[in-house]
Amino acid sequence: MSIELRNVSKQFGSVAAVSNVSFRVPDGELLALLGPSGGGKTTVLRMIAGLEMPTSGDVLIRGIRVNDVSVQRRNIGFVFQNYALFKTMNVYNNIAFGLKIKKWKRGETRDRIHELLQLFDLAGLEKRYPHQLSGGQRQRVAIARALAPRPSVLLLDEPFGAVDAKIRQELREWLVTLHRDLNMTTIFVTHDQEEALEVANRIVIFSRGRLEQIGTPREVYEQPANEFVARFIGVMNVLELTVKNGTGRIEELEFPTAGLADGQKLRIGFRPYAVQISSDLTQHKYRAIVRHTFFLGVLLRVELELPSGLVVRARMTKEEYAINGLSDGSEVSFQIRQFRVLATEDAPLAAEKDLSFTRPPTYAENI
Amino acid sequence: MPGVTKTLRAGRSASRRGTEERPLTKWLLISTALVFTAVFLLLPLANVFAQALSNGFAYYWRSLSNPDSLSAIRLTLFVAAVSIPFNVVFGLAAAWAVAKFEFRGKSLLVTLIDLPFSVSPVVAGLMFVVLFGLQGFLGPWLDARDIQIVFAVPGIILATVFITFPFVARELIPLMQAGGSEQEQAAMTLGASGWQTFWRVTLPSVKWGLLYGVILCNARAMGEFGAVSVVSGHITGLTDTMPLRVEKLYNEYNAAAAFAVASLLAVLALITLLVKTILEWRQARDFIRAQAGGKTVDSDCNANGFNNP
Amino acid sequence: MRMATAKHSSLPGFGLTLGFTLFYLSAIVLIPIAALVLRALQMTWQEFWTLATTARAISAYRLTFGASLAAAIANAVFGTLLAWVLVRYEFPGRRIIDAMVDFPFALPTAVAGLTLSSLFAANGWLGQWLVPLGIKGAFTPLGVAIALTFVGLPFVVRTLQPVLQDFEQEVEEAAATLGAGRLRTFLTVVTPSLLPAVLTGFSLAFARAVGEYGSVVFISGNMPFRTEIAPYLVVMRLEEYDYQGAIALAVVLLAFSFVLLALINAVEQWASRFHR
Repeated sequence: MSIELRNVSKQFGSVAAVSNVSFRVPDGELLALLGPSGGGKTTVLRMIAGLEMPTSGDVLIRGIRVNDVSVQRRNIGFVFQNYALFKTMNVYNNIAFGLKIKKWKRGETRDRIHELLQLFDLAGLEKRYPHQLSGGQRQRVAIARALAPRPSVLLLDEPFGAVDAKIRQELREWLVTLHRDLNMTTIFVTHDQEEALEVANRIVIFSRGRLEQIGTPREVYEQPANEFVARFIGVMNVLELTVKNGTGRIEELEFPTAGLADGQKLRIGFRPYAVQISSDLTQHKYRAIVRHTFFLGVLLRVELELPSGLVVRARMTKEEYAINGLSDGSEVSFQIRQFRVLATEDAPLAAEKDLSFTRPPTYAENI
Repeated sequence: MPGVTKTLRAGRSASRRGTEERPLTKWLLISTALVFTAVFLLLPLANVFAQALSNGFAYYWRSLSNPDSLSAIRLTLFVAAVSIPFNVVFGLAAAWAVAKFEFRGKSLLVTLIDLPFSVSPVVAGLMFVVLFGLQGFLGPWLDARDIQIVFAVPGIILATVFITFPFVARELIPLMQAGGSEQEQAAMTLGASGWQTFWRVTLPSVKWGLLYGVILCNARAMGEFGAVSVVSGHITGLTDTMPLRVEKLYNEYNAAAAFAVASLLAVLALITLLVKTILEWRQARDFIRAQAGGKTVDSDCNANGFNNP
Repeated sequence: MRMATAKHSSLPGFGLTLGFTLFYLSAIVLIPIAALVLRALQMTWQEFWTLATTARAISAYRLTFGASLAAAIANAVFGTLLAWVLVRYEFPGRRIIDAMVDFPFALPTAVAGLTLSSLFAANGWLGQWLVPLGIKGAFTPLGVAIALTFVGLPFVVRTLQPVLQDFEQEVEEAAATLGAGRLRTFLTVVTPSLLPAVLTGFSLAFARAVGEYGSVVFISGNMPFRTEIAPYLVVMRLEEYDYQGAIALAVVLLAFSFVLLALINAVEQWASRFHR
């Protein structure tokens, strides 16, 4: 096991930034620490690096407890959000910094640096200074510098935050390729769930210092452990229902709610792909008007407005949309084929995995 | 304004383990700094008051109420009161021109504004003697009209204005530059004239910096020695400012009296520092207030977020 | 009133403010300086040179520049220490010390000279310990250096503080993750970034010290060839009605001021080369 956290907590004064977090990272995994701002993910990353000390709990690297090991001796590579390049040194000396400390011979240093410059597409830039580089170039220098001394683990703090959207996409793909080539345990922090879902082998989701769920992108999307994760990952339609005559209702919509008494409230959620739409007004149970259509490339996001004013977000492919002859203002019928109970009045943030199916879905969910 | 973000950043020095000095090193550095401060700053300050009161409080009081000392105090206050407004107007004009516009020679202008800082006060005084003295360029012209500038109060005022010339401008220029032109432009799109914009938008945004510049200007104006010494002619009772009076008493071997007048100037220095600290605190507080938004707490839901009926 | 050279002319008042600024600048600063230089130019080069380089004058230059250099170096060292301690650490009395750093700036130079000379005299609080040890702070070149250190103290500290505060501490963390110990990080990463600010502060303190008058004349005793600084010699010559002599000396000091000012600007330009 490459890295392990056991019951790690961190207090800053009276604020609990991290509460009782435990997880393991196998060798070679690409792990994302995901969550909203202030969730504790950066603090966890810094504790692995040794830039912060846990208030309680243990941090283990390769099975050895490293709480008392200084950051200098942990042999980790760290890439900062704003790169933290040494402004008064050129690219060569920035990358060589860690090697000089470890007293590498001059020839070996030169070879290693040129190897990295090639790998990172920075050839010819050795003599330049950070202020003469573009954002993407600085990013790559920061990563090259961290990797030069061959660390056992690579840690990145919001690596793609400070870059343009287009470049961000390229860098994401590049990181995946890099990880595959180097096969080094890599942990990165991000608040962008798309990034985490796209890049990582597994995702750890944090909220307010607590670990909400850890799983593969598919697991956290399809089987969220609790309401927070369900609402954080992907788009979710959330409705608050009141039970009347044995069924949970809101405006025109009803959902089967086994075993709940009348008058009770509950919160449910369903994904856009669970909404099936047809222009044939007799085919499905509910009626609505297409309020707005968002063009997302291959897919379209369709907003449906019910007579009561309730809005439901759905998703269709371009073909389906065209087959049904839809446009803004069209009248449609629809039904909801999957939903999930997020919370009931008695059960706070219930880790509900119960799903009520009417029919299993027929098309792909995650695109 | 120096130290605006100082109060904000003080908390940042909180634990960054792994990248901090060993406690021993830290305390060694702190102790050295404390000793240095004590020897060079606190001791001299305390000494002024100790020496002033060395002949007892009665003597102290008599030294201060001596008519020559009183007229020195009056003259010092008068010179400061006249010089400061001139430099304030100049400072505002210069800051406006430099901060809100682009023009060739701007950096040369800023350098020239800084010039009095690097000129020796004695040289400054001499310049005015060369210009207005009896043998100076304008000497005969002034003498014919019986106008006395050098060896009289006008000369002292001129020398003081020269010496304190940069203070207000130096405070305001970076402040106005940091403020940008957008707020003024917004005011103008809403119909404000140039003067209205200046009074209602620009001035309030630099008020603390302006006050700070005035405080510094005042401290320097009241304490200037070299330039005034050359220009004034040391005529007791007429052209002696407080610093010159201190010198005179010292040369007459009346150390306790010299220190007595000096103690007033030392108190002035302390008040200057106090006001400066308060101004910085105010500026920091305004800054923090501008950053923080209002946050409302939703207390209508129960533990699971359901609205209470 | 608009001037053709102004580029951002969307705001009004350019002509008025620039005009007034230039007028005021000329009247108070430029014309008096010009007058002095003109007066000096009325002498022949021979006269000027003789007056500017008498033995007494040379000795005064040596003391002025020597003591100023020593004081500026002392301020660079202790100023850096003070700035570091004030920005990086929390300790009791930090706020007071921070406020007190400006004390030499706010205190009249005459008072500074007076109290320092009394402190270091044989019967003063410090003098009573130091004089028996051979350290005479009053009426000696050492006293001059002490006074100049006092007046220059705020310059390095105040120039360095904002730079230190804005210093991205993440670079220090980066160096640590790459294995660098604290001292090494300080020397290879922190110092090069701080050096320009320290140099600027040093130059400002040096410039101030060279021109300083009030504090020195009280503590030095003003003995010709021994403890007489150049500005004092100017005053001496004036009192002896040797206007030419005074002007010659003053122009030398003025020239040095200009050179130093240009140097400070150059240092500041050079310093910002990595941060564009």
